[in-house]
Amino acid sequence: MNFSLTEEQAMIQKVVRDFAEKELAPIAAELDEKGEFPHAITAKMGEMGLFGLPFSEEYGGSGAGYLAYAIAVEEISRACASTGITYAAHCSIGTGPIYLFGTEEQKKKWVVPCAQGKMFAAFGLTEPNAGSDAGGTQTTAVLDGDEWVLNGSKCFITNVGVGKVAVITALTDKSKGTRGISSFIVPTDTPGFTVGTKYHKLGLLASDTREIILENVRIPKENILGKPGEGFKQFLVALDGGRISIGALSVGIAQACLDASLKYAKEREQFGQPISKFQAIQFKLADMAMKTELARMMVHKAAWLKDQGKPFSKEAAYAKLYASEICMQNASEAIQIHGGYGYMKEYPVERYFRDAKLMEIGEGTSEVQRLVIARLLGC
Amino acid sequence: MIVCIKQVPDTTDVKIDPEKGTLIREGVPSIVNPFDKNAVEAALKIREEKGGKVTVITMGPPQAVDALRECLAMGADDAILLSDRAFASSDTWATSYTLAMGIKKVGNPDIIFCGKQAIDGDTAQVGPGIAEHLGLPQVTYVQKIKEVKEDGMIVERSIEGGYEVVSVGMPVMIAVDKSINEPRFPTMMGTMKAHKKEIPTWGLAELGADEDKLGMNGSPTRVKRIFAPERKGQGEMIQGDDESEVCALLIEKLRDKKVV
Ligand SMILES: Cc1cc2nc3c(=O)[nH]c(=O)nc-3n(C[C@H](O)[C@H](O)[C@H](O)COP(=O)(O)OP(=O)(O)OC[C@H]3O[C@@H](n4cnc5c(N)ncnc54)[C@H](O)[C@@H]3O)c2cc1C
Ligand SMILES: Cc1cc2nc3c(=O)[nH]c(=O)nc-3n(C[C@H](O)[C@H](O)[C@H](O)COP(=O)(O)OP(=O)(O)OC[C@H]3O[C@@H](n4cnc5c(N)ncnc54)[C@H](O)[C@@H]3O)c2cc1C
Repeated sequence: MNFSLTEEQAMIQKVVRDFAEKELAPIAAELDEKGEFPHAITAKMGEMGLFGLPFSEEYGGSGAGYLAYAIAVEEISRACASTGITYAAHCSIGTGPIYLFGTEEQKKKWVVPCAQGKMFAAFGLTEPNAGSDAGGTQTTAVLDGDEWVLNGSKCFITNVGVGKVAVITALTDKSKGTRGISSFIVPTDTPGFTVGTKYHKLGLLASDTREIILENVRIPKENILGKPGEGFKQFLVALDGGRISIGALSVGIAQACLDASLKYAKEREQFGQPISKFQAIQFKLADMAMKTELARMMVHKAAWLKDQGKPFSKEAAYAKLYASEICMQNASEAIQIHGGYGYMKEYPVERYFRDAKLMEIGEGTSEVQRLVIARLLGC
Repeated sequence: MIVCIKQVPDTTDVKIDPEKGTLIREGVPSIVNPFDKNAVEAALKIREEKGGKVTVITMGPPQAVDALRECLAMGADDAILLSDRAFASSDTWATSYTLAMGIKKVGNPDIIFCGKQAIDGDTAQVGPGIAEHLGLPQVTYVQKIKEVKEDGMIVERSIEGGYEVVSVGMPVMIAVDKSINEPRFPTMMGTMKAHKKEIPTWGLAELGADEDKLGMNGSPTRVKRIFAPERKGQGEMIQGDDESEVCALLIEKLRDKKVV
């Protein structure tokens, strides 16, 4: 048993924290207010090689591993959760499936530039009528000579407005149910691939979330990922990795809630003393700190298992479920500790609260996580 | 090029042990002296344009390798640690002698970069000291490198109220100011590589230095007393809804004090 990070992981944490504190934290409120995608920041993240952390050197990454990547996601999200989701969705579910299931050629063509931060990748799974029940995909792909022809629509897709490529799931054989789903690598500039305007969201306002309409989108035959019918299995695996990153993102927000609350509680005086002297406030802070650390431990364990090549599905679901729920709880308590000021945009906890909610929804709702865990328990 | 970097505590609020008169370093995380990152950046920029190699060197305890690794992660080619019990308690004179010996052993660099000053010791003497020990010209407070030629360089040196343009031959010691550049963040690839890199440690034996010039023995400085100065008065923040209101408040205060 060894709970310490490796020297590399510790240094990556230090470097990313330094970057996030200096470059990202000071502008996070403004990005949120303007709903502006942080192109300048993501360009710097690309230069630093942050997008390549979970990928091997062969494919443009640094081979630092999933734990190092989870640490980076936490640090980025602690400063700005919008940038956190952009980062996490790009690596885990955008680039992830191509890295996991792509051919050598596909990986060289797409994973390399994605890992180097030269382009963004999106993952189009969710549809208006297929959310939690992602196996209920209605988008279709039909082979016509040397091309697949895609038709249908996807909703709530992160990064697709800024991305050059999207992995899209579609039915290739209706008669086979979930075994009839396949995934495809689709360049976003393919004719017929239309991206909607940005959604008006509650939080994560500086991230890019859009709808996709697919009308006779023709892509080369070789753009299928793996074999026909493997799509469902593939996205379950990709989502396992994605859950670790949403867990890390949640820990980042939860930590930011604690940081802001602790600082405020020591400064704010009522009844002639700092409110941090009131036991009721102390207990809140103690709980917030404890939950954040527990969530972090679970995220690290799941990531570590993945790096060891061991099964990690259940742990990833634990991490995502627990971290997202304590993230929301911390955000709520953070506002409570700030009182009326916490409800105002002048204080960052207002943004944390709005950003936190997605953690319990994206990449499988809390209910779905419980279903996944129960299934893995043998129910 | 050789860049001298120092590991310093991550705080501008240095605490002093009143009994021993030394800095309290426990519990304070360490960082690379911020000015030295500017020095590394300056060297890397020249390497990108003109080629060459960047070696970082530090004198310090064994844990100073962390600072060297951070500079390797930024892109330096090599790193060397000067560490030996004999170096302990060096003042700026002995520190610059030891570094000068280390630099000699590395080879003959065209440029030796230092930071303007260390944020803990704050003397700004080590860079100039190195230049003196090696008999080289020096330019301090460099805010811009205008040109690097085969045998010399033209730089801007900040002085009170302006700057001078200095043309200097090489080899040379350049101490850089913060305004010279924006240090890059280490890359992830660089970080991974930095940890695989062997960093040689040179002590007294490797340097072949004169023991009497090192550490406590070689330090003519005697510290009489170190103390935290009393805080004299306090600044006041003037706040208002907009600039004109703040200006009006300021002028009122200045009038009250009969300054204007
Ligand atoms: C900001 C944002 C970014 C997103 N990014 C992406 C992306 O990049 N790619 C992508 O493919 N998708 C993305 N999504 C979609 C997201 O994954 C889905 O919203 C999510 O999976 C839930 O699906 P749904 O919205 O259709 O909700 P529904 O499935 O309609 O769920 C509604 C409610 O019913 C509950 N429920 C559903 N089924 C069950 C059940 N069997 N048992 C108990 N309760 C159940 C749910 O938990 C939930 O509470 C994003 C969403 C948002 C908001
Ligand atoms: C009177 C006195 C007593 C001291 N007593 C102690 C003591 O008891 N214990 C103790 O730990 N320290 C002590 N010091 C501090 C120590 O001697 C100095 O920190 C050291 O000599 C460097 O000086 P500086 O920090 O002022 O660096 P500066 O001269 O301000 O540094 C300028 C530049 O020189 C380079 N540089 C400086 N130091 C190094 C280094 N070690 N390796 C590589 N490059 C370097 C860097 O590029 C730096 O930016 C004392 C200093 C003085 C003046």
